[in-house]
Amino acid sequence: MMDFAYWLPIIWAVILVAAISIYVVLDGFDLGIGMLFALERHPDRRDVMVNTIAPVWDGNETWMVLGGAVLYGVFPGAYATLLPAFYLPIVLMLLALIFRGVAFEFRVMTRGTGREGMWNAGFMAGSAIAAFCQGTILGGVVQGIRVVDGAFAGGPLDWLTPFSVLCGLSVMCGYALLGATWLIWRTTGVLEESCRRWAARLAVGLFIGIVAVSLWTPLLHAPYLRRWTDWPNIAFVAPVPVLVVMLGGLFIMGLRRGHSKGPFLCALGWFFLCLSGLGITVWPYAVPPGLTLWDVSSPPSSQFFQLIGTAILLPIILTYTIYSYHVFRGKVTETDGYH
Amino acid sequence: MQYAHDPALLLARFQFAFTVGVHIIFPAFSIGLAAYLAVLEGLWLRTGRSVFLDLYRYWIKVFSIVFGMGVVSGLVMSYEFGTNWSIFSKKAGPITGVLLSYEVMTAFFLEAGFLGVMLFGMNKVGRRLHFAATCCVSVGTLISMTWILSSNSWMQTPRGYTIDPTTGRFMPADWLAIIFNPSFPFRLVHMGLAAFLSVAFIVGATGAWHMLRARKAGKISSEPVRVMFSMAMWMAAIVAPLQILAGDAHGLNTLKYQPAKIAAMEGDWVSEDHAPELLFGIPNMKTEHTDYAVKLPLAGSLILTHSLNGKVPGMKDFPRDQRPPSPVIFFSFRIMVALGMLMMLVGLWSLWLRRNSTLFTNPVFHRVALCMAPAGFLALLCGWITTEVGRQPWTVYGLLRTSDSVSPVALSSMAFSMTAFVVVYVLVFGSGLGILVRMLGRAPQEGEHDTPPSHASGILATSMHPGVIDPSTGKGA
Repeated sequence: MMDFAYWLPIIWAVILVAAISIYVVLDGFDLGIGMLFALERHPDRRDVMVNTIAPVWDGNETWMVLGGAVLYGVFPGAYATLLPAFYLPIVLMLLALIFRGVAFEFRVMTRGTGREGMWNAGFMAGSAIAAFCQGTILGGVVQGIRVVDGAFAGGPLDWLTPFSVLCGLSVMCGYALLGATWLIWRTTGVLEESCRRWAARLAVGLFIGIVAVSLWTPLLHAPYLRRWTDWPNIAFVAPVPVLVVMLGGLFIMGLRRGHSKGPFLCALGWFFLCLSGLGITVWPYAVPPGLTLWDVSSPPSSQFFQLIGTAILLPIILTYTIYSYHVFRGKVTETDGYH
Repeated sequence: MQYAHDPALLLARFQFAFTVGVHIIFPAFSIGLAAYLAVLEGLWLRTGRSVFLDLYRYWIKVFSIVFGMGVVSGLVMSYEFGTNWSIFSKKAGPITGVLLSYEVMTAFFLEAGFLGVMLFGMNKVGRRLHFAATCCVSVGTLISMTWILSSNSWMQTPRGYTIDPTTGRFMPADWLAIIFNPSFPFRLVHMGLAAFLSVAFIVGATGAWHMLRARKAGKISSEPVRVMFSMAMWMAAIVAPLQILAGDAHGLNTLKYQPAKIAAMEGDWVSEDHAPELLFGIPNMKTEHTDYAVKLPLAGSLILTHSLNGKVPGMKDFPRDQRPPSPVIFFSFRIMVALGMLMMLVGLWSLWLRRNSTLFTNPVFHRVALCMAPAGFLALLCGWITTEVGRQPWTVYGLLRTSDSVSPVALSSMAFSMTAFVVVYVLVFGSGLGILVRMLGRAPQEGEHDTPPSHASGILATSMHPGVIDPSTGKGA
């Protein structure tokens, strides 16, 4: 039983990080496309942008619901401290996602009534605010929250620091890059050309963000610094920054040579590396700097019961998610009939 | 009620009630409408009659709007347990959080995964596979309802747990007992029927509206309109009486497991046999008396125990700090029952008209059916208020108080978010309602479009933006 209580939280941490990564990547390009509405003003091309994600965005957002539910069931101690700590950015993010989500339908349904502009703005602003809040919350978790007796004991604006704002802006930039590279893959013509230009600039922005966050993070807490500089840790973690730079090279090549999938895959790689880096940094804490995974876990009977279901259901979910993407594969053009 | 004076707690409760009250409409709508769409598409594949395809295409546009609003309002709920009720989440999360995760994995993904195919994939995957997608979405909505009601019922009638003495957490001991807790089967049936009934009355009112319009224009209403009206009235005639039986059974179950809730619903203060039923009254929690009571002798015992001398509980059986606020649920319960009776009468009336072959020609009935459009949803909301407010002052019945469940969130944050939620919900869901009403105001056509013209991008969309020239193709409007 002791072993069970030790291993179950680790297995769940891996699953949770995987679910969050899938969410970040999938909804990342959705939110990125929303933000790119700021750069693309042409109504037809905006329709194409939305059409590339309309059939799949519900599913993408469901990963976020899964993240919340898993945290609630498996790490209730983390759920119960993180959510009150990030009360305001979470509420703001949820409201922004409401605007973004309904805008998919509303912007089309109100076409010709003069309200379409409002829902286009809602789509754009909702995506931008949601992205910023997600980055800020991520940064806020890394910088840590004040916990007394296992409960949040800080103030309502503790999360708002230069570091968390930097993370927010970096995530905005990263999502927009995901969106632009996704559109390079899935569209043609003028839109694809614009996206190649935007992607180059956004990649520079993201790169600066990654470097800044990476240099700042070890300074937040002493254990973070030791994680990245002590021997033998450094041998295991050194490949992360090296890979970031290598992907940058591949990205530039893909963009210049007109690859359609390459830039998107490189952007995915960056997100994967960043999330891994953050994971390495905060391990084994669920709520830095005080609560470990084991401190916040639900009893093994809960974690085990949920693990059985997850082991069966997650592969099935991934299968039909891939099927759904497969049905709507290929380049989307302005004459495509579906919305 | 000692907690009534804590404004942060009151705001947390009001905010949760408001957001879930708005949310509950959409899943209920989706449950009923997805099943209706599956039936329509099945009938189309089986009979080949185009009227069913027309109706399918008409209602799927409504479904896409309703489902989208359900997703975004539901996302709020999955985080609000933690933002507003962190102590509850921490203590009950090992049980309710796991049930919610199962809901996400067995239902939400299934719905969302096949929704894209259902909405946009008719020409891409073929009829049979498309029908399978519709069925998956419909089954997903039903599975979702099953898990969330299991979780909600566990909070009402908790079973299968132990309480950890050091942390006060609920530890799962028997998952089958947790999932199939005593009130779950009754709540599931009652809620499922409510969802079907709510949608039946929306579909019926839409049909009635278009028949009244056709009549005014001196025309005969189209076949899709008649078919949808007829189908809706069949549902009303069959489901409304079943719902009353289900509600009665649920009431007996509540009497057994939550007698304080029954006493507050009935406005009864003293436990008695040969109890009357109060048709009207104003329960006063301070004076422990129900003022202006209009009593129907013996009916209280008869309804609640199915015998004239059955013993009915009174609120004085319970300490003051364990009584739910009777004035709220006394009325919400009566409104729900009255609406249920009205819906049954409409259903029975439709049977009578059908026998006389005047179902499609009686304008008085059509007007009544139109007015009954929100009846199902209003009854559903009233029922939800009755069961949730009736659970007070507990979150986990008899074990964890609402006042001990609330998050340590500052009053200022709570006030800010409450305001923001109200403003955004009124704006977004108000607009959604407007869009729905406009969509339903347009009659279904014979040969209904797959997607409305404005819905498709490309050439059609371009024509919606006069004066725009696309430099890439030189195409303009």
